[in-house]
Amino acid sequence: MAVLDILVYPDPRLKQISKPVEHFDEALRSFIRDLEETMRAGPGSVGLAAPQVGRLERIVIVDVSCKPKIKHHGRRVLINPEISWRKGSAVGREGCRSVPDYTGNVARSKFITVRAQDEFGRALELQMERYEARAVQHEMDHLDGLLLFDRLVSRRDLFRRQSQEALLPKPKPL
Amino acid sequence: MKKWFMLILVGKDQPGIVAQITRALYEGECNLGEASMVRLGGNFTVMLMVQSAGDEQALDHLIGPICRSFNLRHHVDAIEGELLHHVEPDVRITVYGADRAGIVAEATGVLTEKGFNILNLESDVGGTEEHPIYVMTIEGVAEQGIQVLEEALQKLAREKGLETQLEPIDTLIG
Repeated sequence: MAVLDILVYPDPRLKQISKPVEHFDEALRSFIRDLEETMRAGPGSVGLAAPQVGRLERIVIVDVSCKPKIKHHGRRVLINPEISWRKGSAVGREGCRSVPDYTGNVARSKFITVRAQDEFGRALELQMERYEARAVQHEMDHLDGLLLFDRLVSRRDLFRRQSQEALLPKPKPL
Repeated sequence: MKKWFMLILVGKDQPGIVAQITRALYEGECNLGEASMVRLGGNFTVMLMVQSAGDEQALDHLIGPICRSFNLRHHVDAIEGELLHHVEPDVRITVYGADRAGIVAEATGVLTEKGFNILNLESDVGGTEEHPIYVMTIEGVAEQGIQVLEEALQKLAREKGLETQLEPIDTLIG
């Protein structure tokens, strides 16, 4: 196992579209072990996508189980993932190991159904929500060459939508 | 060696200010760092980090003619330019209520006492002439934890007739 080097923007490989995985062999699983070790080597890192280490294939790994009090599926490898259903939208703060020293607010679907394959090629379908759904959407963006800059709502959290709603006058009874 | 300066510009807002100022700085071989430009009460305001081989006077000379043509006031200070070391906020606080003098002093006073270090603050006055509303959004670091801040804000809300909201910022690193 090895901790791989993480590509940092403006490395042009981060803007490429990755290819689907076709062969679910031991070489793939060995790479996924390295990808996981690389993810775990980053402080606070909850996911990583293969193109972030220069392998332009549709592979992501997520594990948000370190966050307290949230629903999650533990460590998940998602190969050739697709979002088949989505609902709701929420803005949250994201950073990225391929974009050091920068965080921004990004809108993501709150609930998703993701269809993918695991490292043995078995089909998966998972319902995810909120933080875990955000992590998967962030990592899946890497497979299409999208970085958080491409989804930025704002640099900072000023004047967010919920407090704006709270400021609207309450309807008066007739 | 180039040194960092903070350039502050204030004046009546008009189209073209940023383009002309930054063009003059670029042609004067300056490099720009982080900037915050915001329209406050109809005034154009910008704070701009400028890196230059010259001194304050040389910068004055570069932008003086443009400032005069736009009727802008400007101020230049030599600063320590610390890039690529952002401190990440972990809490966002919104305080709002009927506008009156003292809201900012009361809120920030209480927060400072409870170990809150303010990183960004923005405020606006909304509502109508008869009923102006003051809205302030603050991001910062809760050095003594969130619980003490929540209690302090609830007390502030009760005693000073303000509405307060606190929300942790949990930055996702992917």
